[in-house]
Amino acid sequence: MKVQLLHLKDSIQMAWFTMRTHKMRSFLTILGVLVGVAAVIGMVAIVQGLNKSMAAQIESLGANVIYVSRFEPQVQVGGGGRSEEERKRKYITFEDAMAIKELCPAVEAVSPEKYWWQEPDGNQVKYRDKEARNPQLGGVVPEYAVVNNCFASEGRFVTDSDINFKTYVCVLGVDVAEALFPHADPIGKQILVNNNRFIVVGVAEKKPAFLGYSQNNYLLIPFTTYRKIYSSSESVWLAVKPKSKAGIEAATDQITQLLRLRRGVPYDKENDFAVFTQDYLMDMYRSITGVAYLVMIVISSIALLVGGVGVMNIMLVSVTERTREIGIRKALGAKRRNILWQFLIEAMTLTGTGGIMGIIFGAALGIFVGAVTPLSATISLWSVIVGFSFSVSVGLFFGIYPATRAAKLDPIEALRYE
Amino acid sequence: MLIKTVDLWKTYTVGTETIHAVQGVSVEIEKGEYVAIMGPSGSGKSTLMNLIGCLDSPTRGEYHLNGRRVSAMSDDELAYIRNKEIGFVFQTFNLLPRASALHNVELPLIYNGTSSGERIRKAKEALKTVDLEDRMTHRPNELSGGQRQRVALARALVNNPALILADEPTGNLDTATGAEIMELFGRLHREGNTIIIVTHERDIAIYADRIFYLRDGKVEKEEDVRHIKNSGN
Repeated sequence: MKVQLLHLKDSIQMAWFTMRTHKMRSFLTILGVLVGVAAVIGMVAIVQGLNKSMAAQIESLGANVIYVSRFEPQVQVGGGGRSEEERKRKYITFEDAMAIKELCPAVEAVSPEKYWWQEPDGNQVKYRDKEARNPQLGGVVPEYAVVNNCFASEGRFVTDSDINFKTYVCVLGVDVAEALFPHADPIGKQILVNNNRFIVVGVAEKKPAFLGYSQNNYLLIPFTTYRKIYSSSESVWLAVKPKSKAGIEAATDQITQLLRLRRGVPYDKENDFAVFTQDYLMDMYRSITGVAYLVMIVISSIALLVGGVGVMNIMLVSVTERTREIGIRKALGAKRRNILWQFLIEAMTLTGTGGIMGIIFGAALGIFVGAVTPLSATISLWSVIVGFSFSVSVGLFFGIYPATRAAKLDPIEALRYE
Repeated sequence: MLIKTVDLWKTYTVGTETIHAVQGVSVEIEKGEYVAIMGPSGSGKSTLMNLIGCLDSPTRGEYHLNGRRVSAMSDDELAYIRNKEIGFVFQTFNLLPRASALHNVELPLIYNGTSSGERIRKAKEALKTVDLEDRMTHRPNELSGGQRQRVALARALVNNPALILADEPTGNLDTATGAEIMELFGRLHREGNTIIIVTHERDIAIYADRIFYLRDGKVEKEEDVRHIKNSGN
């Protein structure tokens, strides 16, 4: 064993020595491996960064929130869209929300929400000569704060009496507050929202940015007031908070049963609505990145394969060139396996070095992309380990044939080789 | 007895032709002897050298080296014997061109698992024996022919082999340098090393104590030449 380890150390030294004496050739040889590994590391870094932002974003929707929608959430790839059956489905309404609140014991709070887009350029929100940058306008109930984990940091939130009296009050997101009131206290001020006068009663807590985009460009008004001004469709977006994290399934079941009843779904038919959680959104997102990973693995496998063939080629040249050296080594007592390992380790050192350069290059790429785009790149340990061991394995695999050829050389013939 | 061959044969087949390169050679060489094997080209002396050097196995016959029957050994066993018992010196030096003199001398020690520190110590010692301790970091192409052959000699000595086997060691050197190298062989012999030199030149062969003349794969005659040296030739 000791002898074997000594060989390993010496072989790596010898391999380094050979590489240094053929810098350019070695570099060109490992380019394929380098590119393959760099692609893996860089892409993984970016996708992982995206994952982190996405996870943070989905979590910021509120911990343990159940969503109720007319449709299953889905990823639109190309055309297709919703089926006829789906488009004819009944809306989820404010009354559904009230029924859930009243009849589902596992539910703590229900937040029906509606959002408005003013044609043609978005919502116009003004205070004197100042104007906000087309904020999102939401009609909400007091439970919105609990369900979406979005409380007033200044002033107050929408209250039950606001709902009852359809008051013209609003709660601003931080961006809107800063745009309209850079130097003043917004509470109590009168602003214009799509030419309706509203009194500012609160400013909401700041939400973290997502992919570089601020999540604070919005204002919220009482649900009833919203309905009075923008009497559009009955459809609402429903977010539900269960009483406890453990109760999330019970709540989901209760909501499903209740809605089936209210919507008159026959017992032998599928739900004509969807009840889902942020875990579900997370899973859906993961299935998309899964495809991205698959594509990446295919691309880098091809690069590594090409790199491996290059390594094999160069190793064969190297064996021929060094026939005499092999003869000398054999004459001095090198056994077949010594020669075999020398060339295998040389091939692995080559590709391993390519792997390390690829890791550095890929990491730099990830960090660069992270720096110039809103994506935050995360270099994960496992991708580094996988990248390195893969590149070494390529060397081992494609080194076997040349190394076997070297090991089999006859010492007398090899010594005579010119 | 260090070397004993009994009716040693080596037969090659080249195309349809069968060549008997060595035909029933039986020699005995004692430990501490200085022997030359002489013969014209085609006499089978290279083949005999390869057999004695354990680079090749005989087709027929027996070969005992230092108490071991090496004629029936496998490739890896032969490699072990070459490493432990034999120090080679070649006509063309056969040094690794990109390695320093020190690394070249270390090489045999790598293949018997000597630790790195011990290797360097022994290699330096061997280079000192051939008076090259001040050229350790030089590469072969930075050394003269004589110096290269001395590095090769140091490499042959480093593992303390039972036998130093030299194949035309002066063939690529001028006469004066060749004589220097032969002086060095003489010194190593006086220090107790067993040496076999393969050559086609009588001038070189007479440095030895005993000469085997080889012709057509057979030992034609054997001559004791100690009296020539002693008479001051």
